[in-house]
Formats: sequence, C-alpha cells, structure tokens
Amino acid sequence: MRYFLFILPALILLGLPVKSDGQCKGFARRICKLDLEHFIHDGNYHAAILAEGEEAELYKTFYADQNYRIAICGSEVLPDIEFAVMDNKRNVIYNNRQKNFEGIWDFRLETSQQLMISLKVLSNGNPGSAPSSGCVAILFGFSDR
Amino acid sequence: MIMVLKFPSPVLLASSGMILLISFLSGCRGDGPRQDRESRFTIDISDDDLDDFSHVRQIFYSLPSPLEMAVLLKNSGAGYNEELLNPVENVSRYVTGRSMALNLGIYTTDLSYASLFDQTQTCMEYMDAAKRLADNLGIIDAIDDYSMERLEANLGNREVIMDIVSETFMNSSSFLQENNREPVAAMLLTGGWVEGLYLALNLVDENELEDNVLLDRIIDMRLSLEIVMLLLEDNSYNNDVAGLITEMEKIGEIFRQIDMQSTPIEVVQDPDDPVTLLRSSREIMVDSSIIRQLKTTVAAIRNSFVS
Repeated sequence: MRYFLFILPALILLGLPVKSDGQCKGFARRICKLDLEHFIHDGNYHAAILAEGEEAELYKTFYADQNYRIAICGSEVLPDIEFAVMDNKRNVIYNNRQKNFEGIWDFRLETSQQLMISLKVLSNGNPGSAPSSGCVAILFGFSDR
Repeated sequence: MIMVLKFPSPVLLASSGMILLISFLSGCRGDGPRQDRESRFTIDISDDDLDDFSHVRQIFYSLPSPLEMAVLLKNSGAGYNEELLNPVENVSRYVTGRSMALNLGIYTTDLSYASLFDQTQTCMEYMDAAKRLADNLGIIDAIDDYSMERLEANLGNREVIMDIVSETFMNSSSFLQENNREPVAAMLLTGGWVEGLYLALNLVDENELEDNVLLDRIIDMRLSLEIVMLLLEDNSYNNDVAGLITEMEKIGEIFRQIDMQSTPIEVVQDPDDPVTLLRSSREIMVDSSIIRQLKTTVAAIRNSFVS
C-alpha cells in the first residue's frame, strides 16, 4: 500500500503527457466524422480531453445559404454532452437538452453570423466515484442547399 | 487560447490543481500565451467558483477552413482563374517557419479552389507543393503516399478529392495542435484565410456590386477576421504571430468602415425539414472605394506572404 502511494503520483506524472489530446485525433476521425454523414467535413479539428462537469466553448462564423451540421461526440466512458448554440449576444438559439442530448444539429442561416457553441460534459451522478474523462470532439460539415 | 479553470471543492482543489498544473507544464495542449497561464490559473479560483462544479476547460476559435472558403467562392458564383494562385514554383523559396506555415495555408486554399473547379492537374501540383511544405515543417504524415495515390486514382471525383483535402488539412492542423505548435497552426490558418479573401476580392466584379453574393461573402469575412485576431492574439507570445497581428489589423481597419446592421436571429423549425432555419436580415452600407482599398491592402499583405 505504501509503495502504491508513491507509484500512483508517478504514474499520473508519467501518464499525463501520454494521455494528451493527441489520442483524440483518431477518435475524431474514426468515430465523430461518421456523424457528419453526407455533410462535407470542413477539415477543422477541435478536440480535447474533458472530464465530467467540464466545459468548452467554440467561436465560429457560419455563412449564409449553406446547410451546416454540428457534430459533437464524446468517448464512450463519458456521460451525455449538453451543448448550446448562442448568437453573439449569448442568446441561446438551440440546446440539445430538448433533443435528449443528441450530438448533431443541422441548420441554415439567412445571414452570416458569428455563433458560439458551449458544451458541457454532464456528470454521471455518482458522487463517490472518480469523475471519468475522455475525448470530446466538435466537427463541422456543410452542404449545398 | 484563454483557459478558465474552476474547481468543484476544496478537497479536490489540491489534487486537481496539481494535476492540471502539471498537465500544463508537461506538454498537454497549451491554450494560451504561456506567460498568462499561471496568472489566469490563480485568478480564476474564487470561493464562488468552488461552489460551482462547472469548468470552462477549453476555448476554441474556428476559422473557415481552406475547403470551406473555396466552397463559399464557388457557391457565390465566382469563376476559376489560375493566374491568381501562388505558383508552385515558389515552394523552394519558403525556408523559414513563418513562410512555410503561411504558404502551407495558401497552397491548401489554392488546392481546394482548384479541386472545386475540377482542375485535376493543378490539384496534383498543389497537393505536392503542400506536401513539401508540410514535410519541411515536420508535420508527419499530413499528406502521406496513400493520400497522393488516392488523389491520383480519383482525379475525376470531386467528392473524394474534397475528402482528401479535408483530411490532409485536419492532419496538419491536428498535428501542430497536438505537438504544442499552436503558433504555427495559427499562421497556417491565417495564410489560408488571407488567400481566400485575396481570391474573392480578385474574382468579384467591381462593376456589379449591387446584389452581389460574392461581395456579401467578402463582407462576411469581417466576422471571421475577429476570430483570426483572437487566435493570433492568443499566440502572440510568438514573434512571427505578433507581426501578423499588425498586418491583419490593416484589414480590420478597412472592414470597420463598412456599416452592417443585423436583426436578431429568429429560429424557424419546419416539422417537415430536419434543417433548422435561423432567420435574420441585415443591411450593409459599403462604398466601392472601400472594396478597392480592401483589395489593394489584402493584395499587398498576401504578396508579402508569397514573395
């Protein structure tokens, strides 16, 4: 037990650089990209390792007269991910809570806008257990109308 | 990038804080100017924060990718003009990290533009130029032999070509981000963005600015310029990036002369349409002299990148 107490921090120290966002690239490509279906992936890469309760924000300009798909997905170990899309005054225009935390949303704008996407990894509700963490990726696809 | 951290409880504070601090120092993904991280780390932990279980762990700034910009050009009715592209013969000139990163973005936008107009031979040449720059920047397998072979085998298939372009761009930007080379990634994205604006300004018909979709897309670049600036400012601890901010600010000054008023977004959900419509309208007041000024300034900046 005594050795374990020494080994654990060492494992954490050694493990952290390995468990970087690097492992999320494969996840984004192999898993999340499939959610774009017939939408063309724009090629941008946004992914990070997040734990339960953690949040991320993304700012992007979306252009008029183009169909977009936002695809947000997390590793299997993670609980649901809630995301909201807001305008530049932070008015919520969509929240996936209304759609049972579905990871995709398709939309089209009449005028180009800068929007903010705010996401949060929900908690699995087990107060005694260590919070799980895993890759979360945000991908965008577009298609002609 | 700005990183704000909040911790759930004092009990977890020490361990979580230590782990996160170690993670910053040990090369996990950087999210902001290095000199700012510790101060932000310290300032943002307050008593209120300790009661709040939510953490803003990461902020992303997403620019239109080279592929998206090329699609916007095509959908706006722009034509194809190969003379506007940065000649592939220039590739050997780029020996500094700055010039390689900027021109990798520029060549990727040119490649995307050529691919949407089915310019197969040009696609191959620009893919090859982009591969040389990616290799020289040490981006491993951004454009591997398989991608080149796949491109060659699908020269008539625009959809597959777009997928290859998207994939290679993702390979480059993800490699740079994952290897703590965010300033290089920021310069790559900026180069691609400037090239997209340069192409648009040279393809727009200056005599037909009324109801011109391409002009609308050019003015829209004002919105994404704000994100370019945030991305660059986040990486301004790098001297090359700091220099770019001054250049981009020249474009910003001109854009700010354009008066643009938008109505709030109204969400319209047609039960028969899975695509939600975000309805709004806007008014733009722009003088043709501003567009000419923008064209001159962007050309000067872009030419300084490619020369």
